[in-house]
Amino acid sequence: MPRIKSPAELEEFRKGILSKRDPQKPCIAVCTGTGCIALGAAEVVAALREEIKKQGLGAEVDVKVDIRETGCPGFCEQGPVIVIYPEEICYLQVKPDDAKEIIAETILAKKVIDRLLYVDPVSKEKSIRESDVPFYKNQTRLLIGNNIKLDPKSIEDYLAVGGYTALVKALAGMKPEQVLDVVKDSNIRGRGGAGFPAGKKWEFARNSPGDTKYVVVNADEGDPGAFMDRALLEGNPHAVLEGLLIGAYAIGAHEGFLYVRQEYPLAVDNVTIAIRAAEDLGLLGKNILGSGFDFSVKVHRGAGAFVCGEETALLRSLEGKPGEPVARPPYPAVKGLWNKPTNINNVETWANIPLIINKGSKFFTSIGTEKSKGTKIFSLVGKVKNTGLVEVPMGITLRDIIYKVGGGIPGEKKFKAVQTGGPSGGCIPEEYLDMSVDFDELAKVGAIMGSGGMIVMDEDTCMVDVARYFLNFLSDESCGKCTPCREGIRQMLKILTNISQGKGKEGDVELLETLAETTRDASLCALGGSAPNPVLSTIRYFKDEYDAHIKDKKCPAFVCKELISFYIDPDKCSACMICLRKCPVDAIIGGKKQIHVIDQEKCTNCGTCFEVCPSRFGAVRRLSGEPVPAPIPEEARNLAGESK
Amino acid sequence: MSEILLQIDGKEVKASEGMTIYEAAKSAGIFIPTLCHHEKLTPYGACRVCTVELETAGRTRLVAACVYPVERNMVVRTRSVKVGKTRKVILEELLAHAPDSEDLRRLAREYGADADRFEKEPAFCILCGLCVRYCAEIKQKYAVGFSDRGPRREIIFIPEVASKACWDCKECFELCPTSYAQAAYVLTEALAFPDRASASAPEE
Repeated sequence: MPRIKSPAELEEFRKGILSKRDPQKPCIAVCTGTGCIALGAAEVVAALREEIKKQGLGAEVDVKVDIRETGCPGFCEQGPVIVIYPEEICYLQVKPDDAKEIIAETILAKKVIDRLLYVDPVSKEKSIRESDVPFYKNQTRLLIGNNIKLDPKSIEDYLAVGGYTALVKALAGMKPEQVLDVVKDSNIRGRGGAGFPAGKKWEFARNSPGDTKYVVVNADEGDPGAFMDRALLEGNPHAVLEGLLIGAYAIGAHEGFLYVRQEYPLAVDNVTIAIRAAEDLGLLGKNILGSGFDFSVKVHRGAGAFVCGEETALLRSLEGKPGEPVARPPYPAVKGLWNKPTNINNVETWANIPLIINKGSKFFTSIGTEKSKGTKIFSLVGKVKNTGLVEVPMGITLRDIIYKVGGGIPGEKKFKAVQTGGPSGGCIPEEYLDMSVDFDELAKVGAIMGSGGMIVMDEDTCMVDVARYFLNFLSDESCGKCTPCREGIRQMLKILTNISQGKGKEGDVELLETLAETTRDASLCALGGSAPNPVLSTIRYFKDEYDAHIKDKKCPAFVCKELISFYIDPDKCSACMICLRKCPVDAIIGGKKQIHVIDQEKCTNCGTCFEVCPSRFGAVRRLSGEPVPAPIPEEARNLAGESK
Repeated sequence: MSEILLQIDGKEVKASEGMTIYEAAKSAGIFIPTLCHHEKLTPYGACRVCTVELETAGRTRLVAACVYPVERNMVVRTRSVKVGKTRKVILEELLAHAPDSEDLRRLAREYGADADRFEKEPAFCILCGLCVRYCAEIKQKYAVGFSDRGPRREIIFIPEVASKACWDCKECFELCPTSYAQAAYVLTEALAFPDRASASAPEE
């Protein structure tokens, strides 16, 4: 690859790439992000290549159809996802066996294969084009929308969709101060959690005295179930690098670090390949595009501590020290990595920068609410039909995200709560579904934006158990340095565990509140500062569930194992033997034509019998907060002779 | 060094740039309790017993006095109701681990902390890190460190280092607010070198 020395040469190079590409040539884009790979995307790609050869489209010189292995477009629920260009036909849940038909029908005969299309579960309407699928239609995919359009391992692909034009614009046409002004005017707030204005943060670092400054990408995405940053790094690493380059130019940094967790091997691979390609092309290194600006990036792999997502802990870890937070101030903008001024932003924040430079701050501020601009990517998971990554404008309602994009709650269950902001987020009840989603509105209801985790919970969720679950996670992940976080979480977790085991006592809720307050207000870093959110928000909105657990020893959602029991209604049991056979601990006594009875001593409350009992009988009942009726006497269990 | 004027407990205090709230208060004769602080060591901000209320630009929040640098016009309250409540809870949390620590008991009396509020889990260590930091910063021996994280965090003497570095030092024992450092050292020695009498020098 030639080393490019000026913006003009880059444009020439881009033209060269585009001239070799025929937009009308069929191209099959297959998502090979982590989610689709797990669902068999690699096999789909192999089968498609095989079919292309078999059906005579793969001659050495004149390949008539391209295959593009892309990053994640977000619809993980329906993977493997493929999109066929130029028509943008979207096929979902594609299997290797479908390859033959896809090549023969869609590529050669130009016919759409109905059974691979998205079918709306309610209207039964089919969507052909990707942009018509309701999951996508109701999003604003400014960042994640590019993923399906490019192979993340190919810098040519990124250049073909207009990549690095923002860098050219900044380096060749703008002074660093002007770049900074655009970012400040865009009002973009950090996507990592706290929502601090990125432009202001950049300005602090820029104005801090010192010749050596650093910029850092925080890709230590640790929230369970969240993968926004992974999808961006895996799917479009050059966008993150371009944003970082522009930021470094504005701040006056010549070295950057990308701190990515070890558990993201594909992201590490793709971003490493991207850095190498950018170096080869001269987009990283000395005198970039002849501007006189030097910049280099290193990838650092995190060892898997949630707390290293906190910026001061991340920087200590980057220095090779234990990943523990230190007190701010001084802020990293003044004294960061190796005590030099350092600007650290989240992956998604950096990925927004090329967009802001290209389209201007006015475009960016036209999206969103008064104080939260642009789009936000959420990882929509839990009890929702369309799980996956969704990118929506700030200010959208929770209801639109969950019902329009997410397709609602599966299995005709009732919505109970949505937790935003990862393990230390808050649980928002149904009454706030119509609130608009932005940094400040979420804070008002006791939740946080966080980095964009969104877990939907249905009526089968026990809110005490949810609080216990997240506190358990945070207890594992607290670094243990400061007392309020380490000890506060320990004590809160103990109380929550006791409550969920029926050992709760009067005053527990008040004690939880006291502990939560101290942990929130006196902890050293944001981990402790936000850790009480799951506790406080569930107490605030679901106090009745705490009361039921503590006073009535009852778990209304039938989740807390120590508080529930299973009972077979002798009037309904038809002695079908299904539950008896499925019980993993042989706790069901009975036989053919013998009414089944659960041995409560042996029963582990796993719920298998409840799940397998045919709905036409509905004989297994869940009980909580009430005694289990005595089993009927053995002599009364015989069903022989009775007609049921 | 430029002079900074701030207010602590209603009193005008002169401090110089780079001082912490704790140092500024001390210079004005205002006492703020600490457990993990030591004037020879880099401020650590971990025990949070020095928590004070800070008001800047109309916003009030809690900060650790031992690490928070003084700024112009800040208003600090070291004795507010909120500060008292917070210190009390922190002391109660620590007393569950080291109920006999004299330092803790003295503070507990002052703040009305109930030593029995939380179930005892006597680890005897309150993880103030004085031993770890003293060993690293002053002695530069690195014989004692932290292991694990969260509620499983503990201090450990590294036998290979401790066997050479500790026998004629043991200065950390004096710093320990609970006497756990000494216990941990003796335990390490007993486990690592079962044949050796506890006070003996290493054999050359």
